[in-house]
Amino acid sequence: MSVMWAILSIRVENKPGILFKVTHLFRARNFNIDSISVGVMEDPEFSKMTITTVGTEKQIAQIVKQLDKMIDTIEVKRLDEKESVYKELVLFRIKSNEESTSTEISKLADTYGAKIHNGPEGSLIAELTSTPDKIKAFEELIKPFGILDSARTGVTAL
Amino acid sequence: MNDKMEIMNGGKALMKALEREGVKEVFGLPGGANLPMYDELYKSNIRHILVRHEQSAAHMADGFGRVSRKPGVCFATSGPGATNLLTGIATAQADSAPMVAVTGQVPVNMIGRDAFQESDIIGMSNPSVKYAFQPRAVEEIPEVVKKGFYIAETGRPGPVLLDIPKDVQQNEAKVTFPDEVRMPGYHPWTDIDMVNIERAVDLLLSSEKPIILAGGGTIISSAFAELQSIAEMLMIPVVTTFKGKGAFPENHPLSLGPIGMHGHAEANKIMTEVDCVLAIGTRFSDRSVGTFEEFERNLKIIHMDVDPAEIGKNQTAQVAVVGDVKASLRVMLKLLAKKVLKKSDGNNWLKHVNEVKDYWRENLKLHPGEMSAAKILRKLREVLPKESIVTTEVGQHQMWASLFFDAIHPGTFFSSTGLGTMGWGFPAAIGAKVARPDVAVVDIAGDGSFNMTENSLATSVLEDIPVIVFLINNYSLGMVAQWQRTFYDRRMIGIDLKKCPDYVKLAESYGAQGIRAQSLDELGKAVKAGLNSDVATVIDIPIDPEEDVLPFVAPGTSLKDMILPS
Repeated sequence: MSVMWAILSIRVENKPGILFKVTHLFRARNFNIDSISVGVMEDPEFSKMTITTVGTEKQIAQIVKQLDKMIDTIEVKRLDEKESVYKELVLFRIKSNEESTSTEISKLADTYGAKIHNGPEGSLIAELTSTPDKIKAFEELIKPFGILDSARTGVTAL
Repeated sequence: MNDKMEIMNGGKALMKALEREGVKEVFGLPGGANLPMYDELYKSNIRHILVRHEQSAAHMADGFGRVSRKPGVCFATSGPGATNLLTGIATAQADSAPMVAVTGQVPVNMIGRDAFQESDIIGMSNPSVKYAFQPRAVEEIPEVVKKGFYIAETGRPGPVLLDIPKDVQQNEAKVTFPDEVRMPGYHPWTDIDMVNIERAVDLLLSSEKPIILAGGGTIISSAFAELQSIAEMLMIPVVTTFKGKGAFPENHPLSLGPIGMHGHAEANKIMTEVDCVLAIGTRFSDRSVGTFEEFERNLKIIHMDVDPAEIGKNQTAQVAVVGDVKASLRVMLKLLAKKVLKKSDGNNWLKHVNEVKDYWRENLKLHPGEMSAAKILRKLREVLPKESIVTTEVGQHQMWASLFFDAIHPGTFFSSTGLGTMGWGFPAAIGAKVARPDVAVVDIAGDGSFNMTENSLATSVLEDIPVIVFLINNYSLGMVAQWQRTFYDRRMIGIDLKKCPDYVKLAESYGAQGIRAQSLDELGKAVKAGLNSDVATVIDIPIDPEEDVLPFVAPGTSLKDMILPS
């Protein structure tokens, strides 16, 4: 059975301990979390968790059912990649000691719609909000300059 | 609502909320962090049944819950009291038993400071509870109790934990007791799935070699009559899972008994031949079906279950009917009644099934001794009234009970089938007896398991809850010994319990009745003495330590690979 990537959008009650329970469920049932992002919704009674995961069709169906069974989850949706917007914010700190590298990085950033900030000790910080594939492609291009550090939020989607 | 508002402390709010749920007994053991609630228990009308170890309190509540189908309640203090409950909570979760466990916790301002007898029981119990609450204010107590009972007993039942900090038990506040609670993420009941019930009926009627597989869910939803009517209308043979034992009378002509690792030979044989199974309230445990892939290979599965997450978890169903199985079966019965014009009692499939059944009932080789497992358990069945409740421990005796003790009255057989908790049967029997004081309760035990919770004899004797311990004694951890004989070339380690203790003297030292039975005649008399006794009776029944449980479907193999006695 082939393994696929899935985006799960989970509306939960905004109470302490729920993130723990959701992640515990993934661990206990031997499922994978590829990325996770959480934030309060417009109604502060609820939070929205976006989890990306990989598994077979059967495993993903089972993840959805087990999440749905949780009393703290209000709604569990598997988002269709084609019909939803899914984005992730990533920050890369890139080595840039010379003027020429800085220009080159800025050019690459422009093509991907990334913003460039000045970082410490002659480094640049590229800020990119995009899909995981495009982030991956951008990462490959800037790798030769030297990535000193990075941080990403995990996918969020609607 | 305002007229119901009263000022009281958290402990009293807890007792009042429990009383409103109809709780009359709690099983427990007090300690530092639950003293305030015990002080209010003292003042309430609820009976406290003192245990000697918190694990037994949980098992008693579990036994009570399975028999009464209302949550059994157990109390423990914080820290080790709470962690001792955990095995019992996990046992209830694995077997979908309704339970409300109430633990004391260190005061709110001490939580997270590694206080004396502090444990993060909410975190520890998370995967083993249906839900857990930790009220941080007195006002929350009535609501969490109401929610806790609702969650524990509805849908697929399970254990709920209420972890109450000591100051929340002590503080006073104005509280109101809600009649209803709202939980937007909890939907225990679904509508009748007419479309799939119709599809299930068509599939069942179009199959040539159908069977009904009744699981524990059949017992939980009391779908006994519906199951029997459908089986009799279609003249379909019925097998059960081990947990489903007691869902269908095992002396019924259509009954083949449990399938699985130690299922009946005829049940396992027939199960490998069927083309369609109506599976009711089962999760297709590996112990029931063997390897998942092999089980579903040539089989169309109709899967009925109250828990949608069970559909497709272990087996792929052609038709899935989610919902309370009793309600679904009722609808199915009506549809069948319209479609089935006459009983087809002369069909070739049933004829074949009966031939296989007759063959194995006559030809299964049994241990030759007078006190063989088969003989002693059949003797117990002969002497014991049919409405008596039986629990078991975990091990060889349990599987012998599955093989040789027929459960006849619906819902009279209970065992720790999922977690397989040694020591469950005796305290669970005490809990069952509290729920049903009008019937005899027998724990079919092994010596290794009984060792684990034998101190519940004190509870049984002092709280006047007499049960019978039918102790099949092979002086060893028999099932482990069997596996070492079978799979490890007789390298026997860690299984010899010697003749220690003397169970007759042990029973007597607790003020219980101890009887050693060394012949079937003595055994019959001992059971009768137990039935007539006002105190617990331990019947010590020495058997051949080398007797194996057979047939045996080895782990990781399929039902067709069943090992038979040679």
